[in-house]
Amino acid sequence: MTARRALLAGIFASLALPRSPAVARAAEVRLAVAANFTEPARVIAARFEVATGHRAVLSHGASGQFVAQIANGAPFDVFLSADASRPIQTEAAGLSAPGTRFTYATGRLVLWSRTPNLVDPRGRVLSTGRFEKLAIADPKTAPYGSAAIETLRRLGLEARLAPRLVRGASITQAYQFTETGAAELGFVALSQVINHRRGSRWTVPASLHSPIAQQALLLKRGADNPAARAFITFLKGPEAQAVIRRYGYEAS
Amino acid sequence: MAEVIWLTVKLAGVTTILLLILATPLAWWLARNRAWWKEVVGAVVALPIVLPPTVLGFYLLLALGPDSPLMRPLQAFGVRTLAFTFEGLVIGSIIYSLPFAVQPIRNAFQAIGDRPFEVAATLRASPLDAFFSVALPLARPGFLVATILTFAHTIGEFGVVLMIGGGIPGETEVLSIEIYRLVEALEWDRAHQLAGLLLVFAFAVMLSLLLIERRTGRLRP
Repeated sequence: MTARRALLAGIFASLALPRSPAVARAAEVRLAVAANFTEPARVIAARFEVATGHRAVLSHGASGQFVAQIANGAPFDVFLSADASRPIQTEAAGLSAPGTRFTYATGRLVLWSRTPNLVDPRGRVLSTGRFEKLAIADPKTAPYGSAAIETLRRLGLEARLAPRLVRGASITQAYQFTETGAAELGFVALSQVINHRRGSRWTVPASLHSPIAQQALLLKRGADNPAARAFITFLKGPEAQAVIRRYGYEAS
Repeated sequence: MAEVIWLTVKLAGVTTILLLILATPLAWWLARNRAWWKEVVGAVVALPIVLPPTVLGFYLLLALGPDSPLMRPLQAFGVRTLAFTFEGLVIGSIIYSLPFAVQPIRNAFQAIGDRPFEVAATLRASPLDAFFSVALPLARPGFLVATILTFAHTIGEFGVVLMIGGGIPGETEVLSIEIYRLVEALEWDRAHQLAGLLLVFAFAVMLSLLLIERRTGRLRP
């Protein structure tokens, strides 16, 4: 079975790649990347290609849907999830190469508004401010959403602000709601607003919620793929970790 | 779960009623007007068929948001935005389902032709009278198809609600959104139940449409 697959992979590789001895060892890694990690993943993939000569093909989407797709045979080698629970589940379902799960980035939660001076540096606006809507990511499916709820609970504001919450399907949507002003305030990811000079924000202390660990996995399909192994190594390396930090995550 | 289903049916029902009222004069005008440029209007009406719902939803989010000139008159009454409200979803659904109401009614009006109206005119029926006593009854199958299509299309609406809903239980959280959330949360059993329900519903809709078509086809000489 493996021999046949290797043979097929060889045939496809020889079809797809130009005939030069330098790329004879180059392979392709297919990545399922959580939508919130799109930008850094692109940069990391580009540097990975330069550094190793392998090719990285990125698919972006919702983590939960990737799990559904992977469970049904989707052709991914590596899974970069937006949380830890889905990789844990994927691992438990026997869909990954054993012992390859690790945290590649830790997200930071930010209370953000596009209105200057609305959010004060300590987030008091939550208890005193005049606002109609506070956007969060769905706490049931997005780790940034559950972190937002935990923060509100810790501040003793959960019940009081519940009627003002609007839930985006993802952290991207929570950001969209806030960016368009439809919601005046939003709990978003630091990575989404790190380059914004306008607006106002409060970076929520990490002590107010459990860590937003984004975990990666080498999937079964990628276990024998040298490019997939190389990507995992590269992702753990200093170059990739520097990119991750630059985008507002804490590196591991 | 019952709340989600009820809200979805309510949204589809309200949308269907309002849309039929709105689509009828529009379809009549499109069917009877002879100017070529009426098709510009026809094309605008048909846009939601080809536009991705997320595009429509994104524009709606901007149009119903606090910066929109459309919202300014309402802001005088203390309504800051219509995003995240049931009313906002109704507006979105009306736009989203517009072609599914206008097209069948327009086709039905066009199929009548000029003759019945000429006869009505010789019998001294006023144009308004002719519209109610000739056009509407003859176009009944078109209205039936429009009603079913609009209702069903709104039940299955996803992208628009996703973009402007904000997932507020009892207000904007509808069936398709709930299924999306359940899949995302890996609660596949419950997702299966709701998805199965939608599948049966969609099949019933398509079957009834085909049966209507068959019957009206047979009625024609």
